[in-house]
This record gives sequence, C-alpha cells and structure tokens, in this order.
Amino acid sequence: MSNTTPKSMAAPGITRSKAEAVNAADTRELYKKREPIYPKLAHGKFRFVKWVIMALALGVYYLVPFLRWDRGPGAPDQAVLVDFAHGRFYFFFIEIWPQEIYYVTGLLIMAALGLFLASALFGRVWCGYACPQTVWTDLFIMVERMFEGDRNARMKLDRAPWSLNKAWRKTGKHAVWLVIAFATGGAWILYFHDAWDTLANFFTGTAAPSSYVFAGVLTFTTYTLAGTMREQVCTYMCPWPRIQAAMTDRDALNVTYRIDRGEPRGAHKKNDSWDNRGDCIDCKQCVAVCPMGIDIRDGAQLECIQCALCIDACDDIMGKVGRPTGLITYETDDNIDRFVKGETPRYPFIRPRTMVYAVSLAIVTALMLGALVTRTHLELNSQRDRNPNYVRLSDGGVRNGYTVNVINKANAPRVMDLAVEGDPAIGVRILGAPDLMPGQIEIGPDRSQDYVVYLTLPDDAIDGPREEITFVVTDQETGETARSPSVLITGAE
Amino acid sequence: MSEHDETRETDAHSGTETTGHEWDGIKELDTPLPRWWLYIFYASIVWSVIYMVFMPAWPALPGLAGETDHTRGLRNHSERANVAEALDELAEMRASGFAALEGASIDEIESNPELLGFVRAAGEAVFGDRCATCHGVGAQGFVGYPNLNDDIWIWGGSYDEIRHTLQVGIRSEHPDTRFSQMPAFGRDELLSRSEIADVSDYVLSLSGVSADAGAVGRGQAIYDVQCASCHMDDGRGDRAQGAPNLTDQNWLYGGSREQIIATIHRGPYGVMPAWEDRLDDATIDALAAYVFLLGGGEDATARPTGQ
Repeated sequence: MSNTTPKSMAAPGITRSKAEAVNAADTRELYKKREPIYPKLAHGKFRFVKWVIMALALGVYYLVPFLRWDRGPGAPDQAVLVDFAHGRFYFFFIEIWPQEIYYVTGLLIMAALGLFLASALFGRVWCGYACPQTVWTDLFIMVERMFEGDRNARMKLDRAPWSLNKAWRKTGKHAVWLVIAFATGGAWILYFHDAWDTLANFFTGTAAPSSYVFAGVLTFTTYTLAGTMREQVCTYMCPWPRIQAAMTDRDALNVTYRIDRGEPRGAHKKNDSWDNRGDCIDCKQCVAVCPMGIDIRDGAQLECIQCALCIDACDDIMGKVGRPTGLITYETDDNIDRFVKGETPRYPFIRPRTMVYAVSLAIVTALMLGALVTRTHLELNSQRDRNPNYVRLSDGGVRNGYTVNVINKANAPRVMDLAVEGDPAIGVRILGAPDLMPGQIEIGPDRSQDYVVYLTLPDDAIDGPREEITFVVTDQETGETARSPSVLITGAE
Repeated sequence: MSEHDETRETDAHSGTETTGHEWDGIKELDTPLPRWWLYIFYASIVWSVIYMVFMPAWPALPGLAGETDHTRGLRNHSERANVAEALDELAEMRASGFAALEGASIDEIESNPELLGFVRAAGEAVFGDRCATCHGVGAQGFVGYPNLNDDIWIWGGSYDEIRHTLQVGIRSEHPDTRFSQMPAFGRDELLSRSEIADVSDYVLSLSGVSADAGAVGRGQAIYDVQCASCHMDDGRGDRAQGAPNLTDQNWLYGGSREQIIATIHRGPYGVMPAWEDRLDDATIDALAAYVFLLGGGEDATARPTGQ
C-alpha cells in the first residue's frame, strides 16, 4: 500500500499520516513492550457525544458527595452515603440496611442485564462511552494534548532529546495527571463519610486511616491505569472483551469498516475517477485517532472498545473527498455480508436474544421497584430456642424461649404492642421491656432490637406435640403491624 | 518483531505462533506476555525485601534476635502482643457493664435493656466456658446435673440463692459449701432390697404414678422413718437441706422404678465446684443473672421449701 502520494495532489484539507497500527496482528512481538499510542484528536458527532458523557460522568462522580438531603435530626444529611460505621446506605430518599443488601444485588442484576441488552443491540457501548477506564483515559489524553500537542507534536516530542521545553511539558502533564488522580481517589472516600467533614479532616490529618489508604490506592491506580497503561487495561486486564464474544451476535450494531464500500482501497488523487475502486483512500486517519492502536479495517478485534472516534475521523475525510460518509459506521455483521451480496440491510432489533434480556430486565426492575415501594419501616423476626427445645415446668406446663427481633426503620422512637396469636392459654413474658404496660415494648429510632420472650403453655392446654403461633408487633400510633410465624413445642406425644 | 521459528506452527487467523499444545483440535496460542507483567513480578520481589526489613520474617538462632526465635523487623510487630492488647481493650469495654451490674437487683437488671443484653452476652460466654460441661450448652442438664431452665430448684432459685450456690458450690471443698448427704441405703445395708423396692413404689405414688398398694403402704412406713426428715412428710422436699421435691414430674437421677431403686441404693452425691475463688464477683453476678433469666428464676420471697 503506497503512501507516497504528494500532498499537492490530494483533495484540499486532506491530511495524510504515516500511521502504523502498532497492535496490528502482523507486528506483534513475543514479550511485548508497550508501544506508545498517540491518538489524534477527532472532530465529529461521536467525539461530541463522548465529551458530553465525560462531563456528565465526571460531574456526577465528583459532585454527588456534596449533595445534601434532609433526613431529620440525628440522621446524616448527605444525599448519597455508604455509612459502613453504622451499617446504612443512603441514596436520596432510600435508606438500606445491611440485611437489605438484596437491593444492591438487584441493582447489580439490573446493571448486568442492561449491559447484556445494550451489547446485543449496540455492541460495546459501555466500553466506548461510559466505562471509567475509557472516561479517565480520555481525560488524561486530553491533558496530554494540552501540554504536548496533538499526535504529531507528541511523537516528535518523544523522539526529541531532553530539553527544558520537553521537561516542563512532561512535568506539567504528570503533575496535572497526579492532581486529577488524587481528586479521583479523594472523591471516592467522600462517599463513605460526610463529605465536608472528610474534606476538612483529610487535610488536617485527622480523617480515618482508611480514608488515606483508599485515597492513596485510588490515586495510584487512576494515575497508572489512565495515564500509563490505558489500552493495556482493556486488552489484558479486563475480562469483558472476552465475554463480549458471547454477548454480541451478527445482528448487533458494531463500529465496522464497510468492506463492501471501501475495497479495493488506495490513494486517490484529486481528479481521479472513483470507478473500479473503493472509497477508502488509505489515509489512515482511522488508525491515527484510535486510542487502542488498532486498524478498524482489519475487522472485529477484541482490542476495539468501539469508541467510534474512527467514524468521526473517516466521515471527516469522506466529506472532504466528496464521498458519502459512513465508510466506517455502526453496522451489523449480517448487513455487511448483505451489502457485499448487494442485498438490502435489515435491522432486527427485536429478536429472541434482545427480548429475553429486555423482559428479564423489566421483571427484575419491577420486582425491585415493588420491593422498594412496599418497603416497611417495621420488621419482625423470631428465632425459637433449640437448646433446650422446650422446658417442662414443675406444674406440668411447658415453656419455649424465643429471641424476637424488632426492627424500627423509622427515624423516631416507637411504642409497640408485642403479642402472640394462637392458643389463648399461652402466657407471655418479655424480658427487658421496662416501665411499660405488659406486652409493650419501646424501640429507639432507626434501631434493631432483640427481645427474649418466654411463652408458657399450661398443662391442661397441651393437646398435641406443637402449637402454631404468630408473633405480632403493632405500632400503637400508626397501627402498622409486622408478623412472624413460629411454633411452640410441647414435648407431648 | 521476533524471528519466525520455522519449526513452530503459526495460527492462520491471528498470525500468532502456537505453543504446539492441542486438545481435540483446540490449539494454544503463544500470545506475547505484556512487559508490565514482568514489572509486577519485579515489584513483588522488591516488596518482599521491604517486608522482610519491616516485619518478622526469618527464624533466628536463640539470642541473636533478642528473646524471640525470629527476626522482629523494624516494626517490631507481634500478633501475640496485639492479642494481649485486644484482650485488655475487651476487659476495659466490659468493665462498665460489670460495674453497672454491681449491687443491681435482678429487677433492675431485667428492666434495663442494656444491662440485660450485657448479662446475657457475658453470662452466656462464662456459662459456655465453665458450666456447659455438666449442665449442657443450653443449660438443659443431664441425669445427675439439673436443668437450669425450669422452675425446679433444689437449693433455691432466687438471684441471691443462685449466686450463693455459685460462690460456695455444692458438696465442694469450700468451707461454707452447700452440703447434705443422702445415705446409701442399699450399699450401706441400712435397708434391705425389698424395703428399698417398697420405698421406691411409695415415692412413685407421690408423683401420681400408680403402684402396688401393699408395697406403697409398706414403703410409706419406711419413708416416714428414713426419708421424711429431709424430704418432708408430704415428699415436697426441703431446700435448706437440698432435698429435692419428690412429688413433681422431675427426676434428677431418673424417674423409672429401676432408677429410683438404684438412687436409694447408692445415695447420690452430686458435686458442683465452688466458683468464689476462681471467678470474680462481677462474673459470678453476671452468671447468676444469666441463669436466673433463663426463665426459671424465682422471686427472693418465694417459698423457702418446695411449697
């Protein structure tokens, strides 16, 4: 493939790079040293979308800890807070206790199904736009570009001997990287303690040791992964590119080179005919902008994160040479084959795979929403003593012991009746309920409290090996109830 | 690019050499390892050296590393010291609970949720260590070892009585131990075999078990002479002497006719150790309250005998 066309012969505005795909299959080595990649800045609609998503994602990450949400006195007022010390997770109006971790499980299942669905429809959109590795790498490359210029300038700078100019540019870049990395690690810890307090404590040296550890670790990983490792993370460390093969199919949209349009490729002089040749002028702009260092024209590759920057680069060129855009585009494998055969494309977005994902996602979402909406502020659990199974009393009666756990998720103390449904002859004794009427318990705000309850069944009321009973707790003010079924073992035949 | 090794097969699709390993047609590619993997390996080696400098790492000849048999490292780290420190912290945490327990009545303990929780946790731990061997983990008891969950008490079931029993033990070596001794009527030939059988029938009849009327009558005569001084005329026992109530359904040494005969024959001599010198007062308080609150504790005003 010749790359010797004089610039004067090219269409106006066309730039030509001696870009080589450093990760192309042909040039791989054993014991591979990382080849630096110098992604060129792309311009176009996908680059714009990526800027917007980057701004949103970073904005959410850095600013959310500072949002406030009034939960009343005694409760933290941080809108999003993972409070390990007190075992609570706060998300705006939602408060989750450790035993409700299934909400998080549900969220993870929803995220996984959403990822599957998105992959089946649009390929690796997560990798290309939203993955933190992609977002932060993009940000770091932006900084690099600010200090060292675009692709050619950076390559030149790296080849150049050390000078004051090179030194300050490199130093400045790494300094800003470190600041961003520290801000990333620093923002992380704000999610686990009150953000303003943590901020103040952090710089006066009085924050929790874990805060410093996590801020340090995440500063290091952000700097390393986004600054120096970049595409290596996606190619070697992330399992998703491997899983991806099972997630997409021939009908999923992928960033694809239209081989039917492009080939045979070759340099094109300004007034040459477009007959008997493809639209690809082999300008390698798609390779120059690629942050993964691959050539999209080689076809689907596991390195490709489908960031679509090559689409922007190619569309730009196609516009300048006067050919239709979309030589590199979101297209399905199936349609590429159809184009080659001269058939019309089809886009079966509704197919069994997407339906299964969509319906599963809808079901899980509905279940989780249902659970969230019907979440009560009162819970009751009971555990019957197994050792001893029952206690025979001197008068022939029988007693069973229970640990009854009452959870008050409301942010106010509550007085409640704790009663037992079942044989009316059953006597109830609750340990540790002072200064109240019999059968009453008082439980503090936002608390889980265990009570020891002894149930006694008199001799003359025993008429079988077991009695079905139910513990019922009733809020005296609101009438809210919670129930927990159990049994009373009599030991009788 | 590495020299192409002609002896190795190159995968047509990826252009990568294979290792030559093959499983049912699936071949392993000899994909290049990224160089930073090596760097991580080197970093691990460096880390191990740092670790050896700062942490205990090497066995050492006695005397070369102070009093220990290994190098201590710059941090002088010791898990043993950490455990000792943690135990001290634990004792400090518990101290407030034990202090609150001192002098508290059982009503105060029961009506204070925090104190109740402390007693149940601390008491359960000590009970598991010291008492469960004989009384069982759930204090359910075994033959010869009373069930502590029920409302049947041989020496008294008030908080104070339970605490006293814990302090001095039963038939222990403590000078003030609770003490009584039932004669071994058979072994010491105080009663004949047939007399013991008759008394057994009478004792069974006390708790409502039907027995031979003649034997019961003969047995009652013997009971009145030999047994009533401790177990009382009506058989309801006497806590002052640790004489169990014979009229209930509960049998410390078994309630079958054979077991009762055996008990009268040999005269049981159950022993519980005194804990006064082995546990501090606060621990005994917690243990007594724990046992009391297993459900069977009695008011201090409860009947002095098995009435």
